[in-house]
Amino acid sequence: RFSGIDFEIIIIDDGSPDGTQEVAQQLEKIYGSDKIVRQLFLFPSGTAYIHGMKYATGNFIVIMDADLSHHVRLHFIYCGKQKEGNFDIVSGTRYKGNGGVYGWDLKRKLISRGANFLTQVLLRPGASDLTGSFRLYRKEVLQKLMEKCVSKGYVFQMEMIVRARQLGFTVGEVPISFVDRVYGESKLGGNEIVSFLKGLLTLFATT
Amino acid sequence: RLSPSPFPLFLLPFPPLPSPLSHPLSPQAAMTKLGQWLCGLALLGSAWAALALAPPGLQPPAPLRQALLPLPVYLLVAFGCYSLATVGYRLATFNDCEEAAAELQEHIRAARADLRRRGLRL
Repeated sequence: RFSGIDFEIIIIDDGSPDGTQEVAQQLEKIYGSDKIVRQLFLFPSGTAYIHGMKYATGNFIVIMDADLSHHVRLHFIYCGKQKEGNFDIVSGTRYKGNGGVYGWDLKRKLISRGANFLTQVLLRPGASDLTGSFRLYRKEVLQKLMEKCVSKGYVFQMEMIVRARQLGFTVGEVPISFVDRVYGESKLGGNEIVSFLKGLLTLFATT
Repeated sequence: RLSPSPFPLFLLPFPPLPSPLSHPLSPQAAMTKLGQWLCGLALLGSAWAALALAPPGLQPPAPLRQALLPLPVYLLVAFGCYSLATVGYRLATFNDCEEAAAELQEHIRAARADLRRRGLRL
């Protein structure tokens, strides 16, 4: 789809045998290597972002999950929002406007809202949804945040926003619908909750 | 530097997110959230202790003392109720996006067809 926005897609493959490489190769043949940039990166997933950034040539970077929990059409909405307020970061929120989820049972919704409430009280982050992973960043802002953030996993996502606010960057929000992983399993067990709490308390004590 | 509202009101409409400083890249005060909480609690706690636990000579009038003594517990309970009400309300108004899910499936189908046409094999 050609909307006038100049873009490229960087695919970071962590070497797992899930067929990503073959598909990425074919995509590169179809769309050309100025539009699809492939990198093999055999390290834990959090640091893949840092590696990927070196190959980005644009002014803004969108980080998203490749398992289609996020709708690709949102890219245009994010760009629009960014222009609207000249934001440094645009983040998706499931909790405001007509944002929401699909396929979540009551228990999962309760845990999500409860955790978000706790996060709001403790961290006062100025953003309504911290654990989302679909965000648009100004390239320099992303680089600066990458230097400062130390956590892993989705606590890393939370830390990004908290540190961004600390550094005075502006964050715009767009309501998004989070459709439960179209491909892949979604995990929300006791372990996840414990690690979330640990991460939250760490952020509380260190930021 | 404490931020202006410690507890977000859940009935506020979509607030614009303010930039806390005029200069975009200057750092805020270095105090952590934990530090802010401890300071706040220390301040309030010492004020409460000074008034409620004062020695006989300096006590404020009796009705005030009667109200002050259980105040921390009352505030805690009030906060607990607020939390339950807020989370409950947010849970009840958590949107379900049926249309978005259907639309996503449709777009995936269209995209797969398009890619297959261009030569992609899955």
